[in-house]
Amino acid sequence: MNGALVADGLTKRYRKTVALDRCSFAIPERSIVALVGPNGAGKSTLLHCATGLVRPTEGTLTVLGGQPGDPTLPRVGFVAQDAPLYRDFTADELLKMGGKLNREFDLPFARARLVDVGIPLDRPTDRLSGGQRAQVALCLALAKRPRLLLLDEPLASLDPLARREFLSALMDGVAEEHMTVVLSSHLLTDLERVCDHLMVLRSGQVQTLGATDELLAKHKRLIGPPQPRRPKITGVEQIVSAARAERQIELLVRTNGDILDPAWDQYDVSLEDVVLAYLEPRAGEALLDLEVAGA
Amino acid sequence: MIGFHVSSASAVPAYMQLVEQVRRALRLGRLEPGDRLPTVREVAAEVAVNPNTVLKAYRELEHEGLVEGRPGQGTYVVRSLSGPSPQTLDRLRASLESWVDKARADGLEPEHIRAVVDSTLGSLFDVEESA
Repeated sequence: MNGALVADGLTKRYRKTVALDRCSFAIPERSIVALVGPNGAGKSTLLHCATGLVRPTEGTLTVLGGQPGDPTLPRVGFVAQDAPLYRDFTADELLKMGGKLNREFDLPFARARLVDVGIPLDRPTDRLSGGQRAQVALCLALAKRPRLLLLDEPLASLDPLARREFLSALMDGVAEEHMTVVLSSHLLTDLERVCDHLMVLRSGQVQTLGATDELLAKHKRLIGPPQPRRPKITGVEQIVSAARAERQIELLVRTNGDILDPAWDQYDVSLEDVVLAYLEPRAGEALLDLEVAGA
Repeated sequence: MIGFHVSSASAVPAYMQLVEQVRRALRLGRLEPGDRLPTVREVAAEVAVNPNTVLKAYRELEHEGLVEGRPGQGTYVVRSLSGPSPQTLDRLRASLESWVDKARADGLEPEHIRAVVDSTLGSLFDVEESA
């Protein structure tokens, strides 16, 4: 499989917990991926594996065609959660340090960028606002001119305005330099406008990964009678989630064809609906005891 | 140059919102043939959307024959959508206002007025099309 980030049976166990459980996926190059899942789903572990900071227990992860952490790899940028920076250093000192520590580091570009977004270069970073610190961390990562940029919960601690400014700076960087970006979040809302791919992670397992427009086209909400006349619904590949009410059943399904059965009313779904359905405990098919065509 | 915005709450896809904003600017004469649209990067950064979303919007506008991408230069407006002049619009709006005043004097609520306008438009345009 080709891709910027390709996993095959990727598993990471800590003493008792399984953080990643046999994950297999391929993130296409030049995509902007929203990596969504609840806290503890394995998002950070996955990103740490990609940087080479964490070694998988089993399985493999290929980053831009090589081993994670391999110094000969094309550049990988990483911003850890809460954008940790050396607190006593000024932005300018951090940039200089970045220039010394990285083989390729575009110092003039980085400095111009920070001035552009109004960051005082001569102030220790612990006296900057959360939004400004996030901008500095992003800028340090972008200055490496990465081909893969990994951002762990970049928006979690930012207020709405700082979120917008951060995403704006990120999209500016993406438009300038073609790269693959993976942003993790426990909320989709913030990322929906910038991502073109969605990956849902739950309990260390990949629930779905795809281009957002394809996911939207493939998933439907079906509402039908509580006792379906037919045990199969032609055109349904998987029942992702199900809710039973007294008079009706509501399903969120992944389709593999048109659904022509008149017993089911079908509705389009939002990306948020898709995420929520995959995050529900996998009860759909068992609850309904439905045979699904093609399953 | 026009400013763009994208509402995440809208059910309209983001690229369609951008397309609609260009169409509206063309209709209102705020954009005219020869004007350059902002670059993909400028729009992506301004509204914080995926550059591909902007590209898709520009491709749609190109497909509609409204704009044209010139390699190395940018995207330019080639066709106008502007209708009547502002003076004509003002005159028509004034006569519509006096009609609305009459309708209100007769006790019509805004939704009644809208219904009358819609059905009148519907019947007039139907007649025109079938003629």
